[in-house]
Amino acid sequence: MERVRGPRNARRALGRLLEAVLANRAEANAVFDILAVLQSEDPEEIQDAVRACSRLFGALLERGELFVGQLPPEETVMAGSQGATRKYKVWMRHRYQSCCNRLAELLAHPSFQVKELALGTLMKFVQLEGAHPLEKPKWEGSYLFPRQLFKAVVDGLLSLEEDCSLLLSQFCEYLEHDDVRYHAMQAAADTTARVANAHPEVPLAFWNNVFTLLSAVSLPRQESDVANFYVKHAAELSDKWKVTHLKEHRKAFQLMWLGFLKHKLPLSLYKKVLVIMHESILPHLAQPSLMIDFLTRAYDVGGAISLLALNGLFILIHEHNLEYPDFYRKLYGLLDPSVFHVKYRARFFHLADLFLSSSHLPAYLVAAFAKRLARLALTAPPEALLMVLPFICNLLRRHPACRVLVHRPRGPELDADPYDPDEEDPAQSRALESSLWELQALQRHYHPEVSKAASVINQALSVPEASIAPLLELTAFEIFERDLKKKWPEAVPLEFVPAQGLLGRRGDLCAQHFTLS
Amino acid sequence: MCLLVTGSVIATPGRGRLPDPRHVSPEGTRSPPAVLGRGLASSGSPRPCGVERLGVRRELAMGKARASGARPKAPGAPAGARGGRARPNPNPFEVKVNRQKFQVLGRKTRHDVGLPGVSRARAIQKRTQTLLKEYKERDKSNVFIDKRFGEYNSSISAEEKMMRRFALEQQRHHEKRNIYNLNEDEELTHYGQSLADIEKLNDIVDSDSDPEERGTLSAELTAAHFGGGELPHQRPSQQPGPEAERPRSRKELIEELIAKSKQEKRERQAQREDALELTEKLDRDWREIQSLLARRPPQAQSRPQDKPQPDAYDRAVRELGFEMKAQPSDRMKTEEELAREEQERLRRLEAERVRRMLGTDEDQDSKRPAHMSADDLNDGFVLDKDDRRLLSYEDGKMNVQEEQSREASDGGNEEEEEEEEEEGEEDAEDSGGSDSHSDLECDMESEEEGERPEQEPRQTRGGRATGRGQDARGAARAELPYTFAAPESPEDLKSLLTGKSVEEQLLVVERIQKCHHPSLAVGNKAKLEKLFGFLLEYVGELATEDPPDLSVIDKLVVQLYGLCQMFPESASECVRFVLRDAMHEMEGTIEAKGRATFPGLDVLIYLKIAGMLFPTSDLWHPVVTPALVCLSQLLTKCPVLSLPDAVKGLFVCCVFLDYVSLSQRFIPELVNFLLGILYIAAPNQPGPGYTLVPPFRPRGKHSELLVVSDEGDAATWQRRSLSLHWASARHPQTETEANHTRLSCLAVCLALVKRCVHMYGALPAFHDITRPLRALLAQHLAGGRHPRELQELCRSALADMEAQERRYQPLVCERSKPVPLKLFTPRLVKVLEFGRKQGSTKEEQERKRLIHKHRREFKGAVREIRKDNQFLARMQLSEIMERDAERKRKVKQLFSSLAEQEGEWKALKRKKFKK
Repeated sequence: MERVRGPRNARRALGRLLEAVLANRAEANAVFDILAVLQSEDPEEIQDAVRACSRLFGALLERGELFVGQLPPEETVMAGSQGATRKYKVWMRHRYQSCCNRLAELLAHPSFQVKELALGTLMKFVQLEGAHPLEKPKWEGSYLFPRQLFKAVVDGLLSLEEDCSLLLSQFCEYLEHDDVRYHAMQAAADTTARVANAHPEVPLAFWNNVFTLLSAVSLPRQESDVANFYVKHAAELSDKWKVTHLKEHRKAFQLMWLGFLKHKLPLSLYKKVLVIMHESILPHLAQPSLMIDFLTRAYDVGGAISLLALNGLFILIHEHNLEYPDFYRKLYGLLDPSVFHVKYRARFFHLADLFLSSSHLPAYLVAAFAKRLARLALTAPPEALLMVLPFICNLLRRHPACRVLVHRPRGPELDADPYDPDEEDPAQSRALESSLWELQALQRHYHPEVSKAASVINQALSVPEASIAPLLELTAFEIFERDLKKKWPEAVPLEFVPAQGLLGRRGDLCAQHFTLS
Repeated sequence: MCLLVTGSVIATPGRGRLPDPRHVSPEGTRSPPAVLGRGLASSGSPRPCGVERLGVRRELAMGKARASGARPKAPGAPAGARGGRARPNPNPFEVKVNRQKFQVLGRKTRHDVGLPGVSRARAIQKRTQTLLKEYKERDKSNVFIDKRFGEYNSSISAEEKMMRRFALEQQRHHEKRNIYNLNEDEELTHYGQSLADIEKLNDIVDSDSDPEERGTLSAELTAAHFGGGELPHQRPSQQPGPEAERPRSRKELIEELIAKSKQEKRERQAQREDALELTEKLDRDWREIQSLLARRPPQAQSRPQDKPQPDAYDRAVRELGFEMKAQPSDRMKTEEELAREEQERLRRLEAERVRRMLGTDEDQDSKRPAHMSADDLNDGFVLDKDDRRLLSYEDGKMNVQEEQSREASDGGNEEEEEEEEEEGEEDAEDSGGSDSHSDLECDMESEEEGERPEQEPRQTRGGRATGRGQDARGAARAELPYTFAAPESPEDLKSLLTGKSVEEQLLVVERIQKCHHPSLAVGNKAKLEKLFGFLLEYVGELATEDPPDLSVIDKLVVQLYGLCQMFPESASECVRFVLRDAMHEMEGTIEAKGRATFPGLDVLIYLKIAGMLFPTSDLWHPVVTPALVCLSQLLTKCPVLSLPDAVKGLFVCCVFLDYVSLSQRFIPELVNFLLGILYIAAPNQPGPGYTLVPPFRPRGKHSELLVVSDEGDAATWQRRSLSLHWASARHPQTETEANHTRLSCLAVCLALVKRCVHMYGALPAFHDITRPLRALLAQHLAGGRHPRELQELCRSALADMEAQERRYQPLVCERSKPVPLKLFTPRLVKVLEFGRKQGSTKEEQERKRLIHKHRREFKGAVREIRKDNQFLARMQLSEIMERDAERKRKVKQLFSSLAEQEGEWKALKRKKFKK
């Protein structure tokens, strides 16, 4: 190859070689030239070569000019006395093999175009190889899938070094097909196990890649949907094939996730997994109760992760009869000031509302929750307050026994709040003996809506519950916008004390503590 | 056969034409038109052919007929019930009284007394005049038409009628014969007198202008015009005689009247002419005698020369006298009055503020009084700045006298005065000496109170300015033009202001304001409104500069306040816009980076300015409430990553606390933030009793940001106010400076904690709120690394917390009012007016009234028709009887004649036999 002639000439030369190989078996040695270009440094040339290989081996696969069956070593066949055709086929199969290896290597190429093209080519080979299998069926109509080749593809995708999310998103298009998905799940499980066993410290990038791939897998809901195959088989789909059963898919899915989750994952991944747990993972597991270990472990971690694990636990408790001891006690323990500041506040309070919606809960428990939330509300920003105040009032509405918290006529005046905030057991917290003074304090909140919401307890609580669903996602920015848009019927009131300077009057704090110089 | 009264005759042969019954006068006498028109049913309706149809036809218009018949208004009508009452002594046997069994208060009775005989007679008379006539003429086809102009038109006065008739006659004459006559033989007259004659009389006095004669009209005339229409009846009584036998028509009477009055007038005129003539004669005679009598010069001619020319003094006195005097209300008010007024105003404003703070008007209806200050300014009245300054000083138990003396000296030229105050300069050429003196005094005074310099920045500046040489400032001032075009864009304003000193910038802004005062031109309001926005933007730019030009901002705030007072609406819009911008930016960074950073100094300054322009204690305010949310966001979303961040955060805290200083509202974020600052000021060792709230983290790079790195620096530290420059400090500080700043931050933080303790001490959950703070403070104290002063501060804050009483009163709901039971007591309605249907709408009442009226009218019409028929039947009967009687008479006559003839014949026969 002379580079001087430019890429066009190179492409033309490749085309000529390709034609020659396909036209005449005698020209088969030209394959080496093509494969040599695959090793090139220039991405353009590589791409040309990949395209050429794709056409070449695609045609050869369709023609059946590749050796079928267990591939013998090249030297023995060449040295042996078999026929020239067989020699040719074995030799060509070896070339095909080296080409595939090279393509799998190219999946880690720095250039994304090359990666994309390599992936496309490999998947094309997978398809063709599935249609024209290179191994002998064990029995008539047995299911054949180029597992080796596909495994190489998945291995390449789950890179240890770099983040392959872009390439994975390309790959996700193939996951639409049931057979590809099935084998991808198997391959991913294998790869994860292998890598985790091989490396004591698995890099973060690998976990991220695995998670990206795993989270992209979504199983169909119904059995009948499993009919979309990537590999076109000559024979009719058979019931005997595992790949046609959703149950098998679920098993694979479960194996894959369990295999993934049993490793020690970074915290950020925990969160990601837990976020999609209730929607994408739990419904598709063959045996959801197997997730209990993971979820309880996550629940014990504390903080935001606990909050997130709550959702999965709830599904297990609710739908799969999970007995969780001290659930409410742990839930109570989850309530700390940060609960109003985390990203998953809306989800948490939605769930908390669900958990506390039962009217069969003991009054002390509900009172403890109400008191705890009220205590926490003393540190909450307005957007959280607007949500949590109706939440507390709803609790009191649901449980009339707890109304003593806001209405205790003829009660003695106390020296201290009987409620013990540091007590972990809600039963011991003596919340029922207390009152919600916190809400009374919040009636003096600077934001008018908050103070209005807190003033609800001044009157006897109305019977219907206030819906907190629209308040869950409320942000401070929305409150700000709402305040700005609110119409003011009269003239804008003005300050009547004239301004004298930037820092205000002498009594002002700004003037006391700051200077302009 | 037709009778001609006046005008032409129109023969109407045959029955085809339906003549107007008004014009029919079968007897040839003129019946009074009013009676005719009223009595007959349908004027213009087809003439009835038979008696039966007559009644039916009449039915249509009976309502009208009855309506007019029921209320007799015509003067000729005989007195009915009302007439009876009017007459002093009716025949007592004719009066019928409807006795009432019970007296009902407030009920109007209309038919308690009646004169049935009289009214029946009247009805019969009316029918005879109308119905009977019609009946009698039922088969007649000839008509008698009266075509005299306006004969039956009562709307035209008699006089006018005559005029028109005369005009018509003249016209006819003219048309027919005198087409070519050039007005030679025609004589123009006025009131029957030749105009030519009148012109000859040079001095004619109108009779009407005579005062003696005017007011008295003749008794006859008055009676005729205002006598209540009794004329026809009075006439006979007044004029008993041969003429009284024949009742004269109204027309005749009026003509008589007119003639009489005219004659009278003429007589009077003649009399007056005589008198005039006599007077003239007398005058003539007098003059002849006068010339003989006296020789002295006539006074009348000498008088004008007599008058002395006013000299300068007199003129001045007059001028002063006539000069517009000051109104009593404009007099200079005494100091006490001013003080009282100010107090009153303050009290009112404060009451208003408290009302808004408590939000008591939230649930009331919208009929709130308009906000005063906004009202004051909308009328384009010049903003009285001195007024306001006065009140501010009073606020802080300041010297009222000084301000009042200033006020007093501010005579007419306030603007000049103000300008001088602002600049702190005296301009000898355009202000009076006394004024500048008073200013000087003020400045002296302000200089004397040197112990509070920052409290009166303007005065002290003024004082300093007076202390300095005048020439430099004079030169600076000379450079500035006196008028400025209003800036059209922020860049305009910037180009006007950049490169000038603080005072010059102020001067420029002031002059722009003065040149474009809203009272001067129409578009000025909009210009100044824009100016506010541009100034605000300019302030923002100044704040983002490095180093920020805070002194200019400090002065511009006053201008902003003034503009805001003038245009509250647009100013609030501007501030809201700025705040929205800041929040959008923050939201953007949160979305992009996942966390926000403290914004630049400009946002903080905007927030501070917003708190100065608008009342921060309101429960809800269109500007302040969003600003509060903005402040809260700054404290909750922006992590403290550096020392400037800490300074900014503390500034935000100060602004926040200043916002709620009056309303004493609770700010959870602020407590959290102070907790965080305390935490990062201590070496991290997790202690019990507190939990950090985002944006602070218990561990991490910035979790020991405010810990002093060198013990030695702690010893050399002196407590100072934090400088706002540090908030935007990009220049690196030395380690010692940084340590000092850290300690200062901590000091400010502790002071704020103390402030919070005082502010929230009364809150029921106070100890729960401050629990984490207490734990951290204890930890600080335990560390013991702080300078003494800080330790003292810590200790006193802790002591204050402990000192707050712990009283937990159990909560009790307000007792809601019990729902009242349903009661079945009757509903009582106040009867406001008797006889009127109650309890319905106006439309319904009107409808009922109309239905009632219609029914009444209908009944009346039916009754009328029945009576008409009875009348006609009676007439027919009487006719028949008459006819029968006639026939009987004739038969009798015949019989008698026959008997006579027979008798004669028999007598002859007997004679014959006897023969």
